Amino acid sequence: MSWLRAIGKVPGQIASWIGERFELEDSVMAVLRHPVPRELERPIGWWYVIGSATLAIFVIQVVTGVGLAMTYVPAPNSAYDSLQFISHDATLGSIVRGMHYFGSGAMVVLVLAHMTQVYLFGAFKFPREANWLTGSFLLLATLAMAFTGQLLRWDQDAFWSIVVAAEQAARAPVIGDWLARLVVAGSNVGGATLTRFYATHVFLIPAAIFGLIGMHLYLVVKRGISEPPVAGEPVEPRTYRARYTEILRRGIPFWPDAAWRDALVATLAVVVVLILAAAIGAPALGKPPDPTNVLADPRPDWYFLGYFAVLALIPPATESLVIVGLPLFAFVFLFLVPLLWPDGERHWSRRPAAVAAVALPFVAYAALTVAGLQSPWVPQLEGAALPSAATHGLSGYAAHGADLFVTKSCWACHQIEGSGGRRGPDLTHVASRLSRDQLTQRVATGGGGMPAYAGSVTPIELDDLVTYLATRK
Amino acid sequence: MDPAGARRGRTLNEISRRRFLSRVTLALTAFIGGIVGLPILGYLLAPLFRAPTDELVPVGAVADFPLGETKLVSIRDPSPLAWAGQTADTALWVRRREAAGPSMFQVFNVNCTHLGCPVNWQAGAQIFLCPCHGGVFYSDGTVAGGPPPRPLFEREWQVSGDRLLVRQQPLPTVKQG
Repeated sequence: MSWLRAIGKVPGQIASWIGERFELEDSVMAVLRHPVPRELERPIGWWYVIGSATLAIFVIQVVTGVGLAMTYVPAPNSAYDSLQFISHDATLGSIVRGMHYFGSGAMVVLVLAHMTQVYLFGAFKFPREANWLTGSFLLLATLAMAFTGQLLRWDQDAFWSIVVAAEQAARAPVIGDWLARLVVAGSNVGGATLTRFYATHVFLIPAAIFGLIGMHLYLVVKRGISEPPVAGEPVEPRTYRARYTEILRRGIPFWPDAAWRDALVATLAVVVVLILAAAIGAPALGKPPDPTNVLADPRPDWYFLGYFAVLALIPPATESLVIVGLPLFAFVFLFLVPLLWPDGERHWSRRPAAVAAVALPFVAYAALTVAGLQSPWVPQLEGAALPSAATHGLSGYAAHGADLFVTKSCWACHQIEGSGGRRGPDLTHVASRLSRDQLTQRVATGGGGMPAYAGSVTPIELDDLVTYLATRK
Repeated sequence: MDPAGARRGRTLNEISRRRFLSRVTLALTAFIGGIVGLPILGYLLAPLFRAPTDELVPVGAVADFPLGETKLVSIRDPSPLAWAGQTADTALWVRRREAAGPSMFQVFNVNCTHLGCPVNWQAGAQIFLCPCHGGVFYSDGTVAGGPPPRPLFEREWQVSGDRLLVRQQPLPTVKQG
């Protein structure tokens, strides 16, 4: 059986031949074995793996993205059909597109998680400020990829999302109109728009991401992994490097002592994306893009729903300020973080304001996302009808009033017995709150976001409508 | 000349020679950057400099618009690209106010003045509703509720013979008004 043992040695011999001839020992292996703080052997080391998991998902995005680009046709007349082909007919197309879709959500989540961990561990402080700055650009690039990717679906939602994006760009002071025209690459969303978003999504931003990841990883290795923070041991730029050199002298090699955790969590992330893609598949496309079909209901993907909700909920007067100012403030803050707080305590227990600066936006954004999912401010435009529970036993004027409730679009914004829009108050028991006179007054003159109906209903119709509403006790 | 002086002279010469060479190299690099960058920058910014056409184009026969009704019509975008297909069209709401005269029609862009989503005409209620953030407009385009900062954008129109003509226009934004 010695020949079996001889064959068993072949892979190792090939590996060492490659390693030696390609001089990997001095390059790749030397980098992989760079020393990291010994504390990473302890359970706290699990916090240090999110960046690697993000990188693994990024590789998925590149690979599936290249696959999709083999079939996707970035032409306004064909993009939708080519995506339908990928999703339904192409071999494994649904899984490839599904992985790209769930991968994009995973990218957004993991980048934010990584950033939150780095922030709470105070790892952005001296001498790692540039790690944070390149990371901030990577966050921007990830969000830009997520947004441009959604537009490439080129269905009704995507089409109107571009219009919304252009209108938001137009709110910027001075250069607003130029920005809007650059977003749609012309005067309207049309033939030139899709190819620009495509080139931006597959060439421009990825090129930036590759460069930024290169810088980011170079700095991670050169500056070294930050040691777990200890309360009462602040960063002192004058003495930090000497102390850190001492920490690394007692350190462990990244490969394989710490890398196995990275590999394990990265595997987990990749498997989750694959399982989601296999079980759920590619997201269904909406209707084909048709600017002359006004029955559109554009919604961004789930991670942007919170921002979508912001735009509906803020007072209109503050809107331009919020649309332009809020993202600007968020990103300026992001870039200023390492410049304003390069030294001092790193441990979160000594940085209550920093913890609040993370917790509050997360809680607020979660609440906004829930609001965005329900979007109660949106009128219901399809399927207008009252359930039998709301019309049971009606006759005469009240029955006519119930019909008017639907035909005059009251239903679009008001619910009765769980049917209708939720923009205005639920009217199931409105008669127990308002008298006939108050109801008449309210319908005729509107107010509080409700249009005045005096001009669009006859006095008799108004009377019948109120007769119906008066039955809702 | 003594040996020390010769050495010093050579060192000085080499420093200025190196400085000269590095400046030449940097200048050439910047020149290459300019040669590559300027045309591509102009190419990418071209949409800013191309003035869209703004002709009056027919959207239908006057008789197609019954008095008091508001109808959806489509209009070709100004200077569309050959491969734009369906996306080169834009929709408009046309309201017939009077039988004849200068206020016979009102022609609205479908774009909500909030963030551009298409508004829906509710004939029964005589209002426009926006599906994105719930903007509401009256039949004459004025704001009835929700976030829109201004009335619906109107388009210039003309009646020529028995046809209604409407002016082509870029995507309207709050600032253009």
